Amino acid sequence: MDFVLFFLTAAIALAGAIAMLVARNAIHSALFLLLNFGAIAVLFLLLQSPFLFTIQLSIYAGAIMVLFLFVVMLLGAEQVEAAQDKLPWQQPLALVMGAGLLVIAVITAVRGGSNDAPPGGEAAEAFGDPASLGELLFTEYLLPFQITGIILLVAVIGVVVLNQQRNQAQSEETPSERPGSRVQP
Amino acid sequence: MVPTTFYVLLSAALFTIGVLGVLIRRNAIVVFMSVELMLNAANLALVAYARERLAVDGQVLVFFVITVAAAEVAVGLALLVAIFKSKRTADIDEVSMLRG
Repeated sequence: MDFVLFFLTAAIALAGAIAMLVARNAIHSALFLLLNFGAIAVLFLLLQSPFLFTIQLSIYAGAIMVLFLFVVMLLGAEQVEAAQDKLPWQQPLALVMGAGLLVIAVITAVRGGSNDAPPGGEAAEAFGDPASLGELLFTEYLLPFQITGIILLVAVIGVVVLNQQRNQAQSEETPSERPGSRVQP
Repeated sequence: MVPTTFYVLLSAALFTIGVLGVLIRRNAIVVFMSVELMLNAANLALVAYARERLAVDGQVLVFFVITVAAAEVAVGLALLVAIFKSKRTADIDEVSMLRG
């Protein structure tokens, strides 16, 4: 049963990732990535991580993907690759190097991981309880946890500053052209 | 239970697809999505090893990765909007102002 679920979900995750890679329209890419995130969330559940399953769905599939879709639609940047590629030799080279990376990663995974099933028993039953994760977060990892708070604060300030400065510079540089610049496509 | 190696192999494949997306695609937003895919692949490997070793520490690390990814997306998309305002494009080949 576990194997069926794993292979089904893995196939969906891989299909979503490849479809994201080849989709011409950025909105389609975003939706395929959403499919991939959902599949990975199910894999987290298979690995006994209910807390990360929730986080994955609410933050990745919820907040981050909404942000992506919003920006794609705001900018109207669905298809910006219509123009001729300036670096045509880059694509085959990227495929070759990607294949090389895959080979190295697979060799490392096969050598490093064990082929046996993960341990079961009583310790495995209690594993992945959100309460134990929270306890660890507020004791051993308290300092990193507080640093993430600072990181999020800096990110929020950064976003505000990035977009505010742009507006000021625009109004200072071209005060007369401002009404006209809005109608340009 | 499914062996950990299977999860790690899937993670390796997803990571490679993400790298290919960064290298091949020219739409900056899709490049960002590929970076997210790579972060997710790393998360999957971390959770798989946490399950094998029965160590919750791996899951804590994934929690931090997701937080940093959220911050990264917010700042990155703000940068993208700022670039789009000045250059009128999201094609990363057009954004070469820093080239020497």
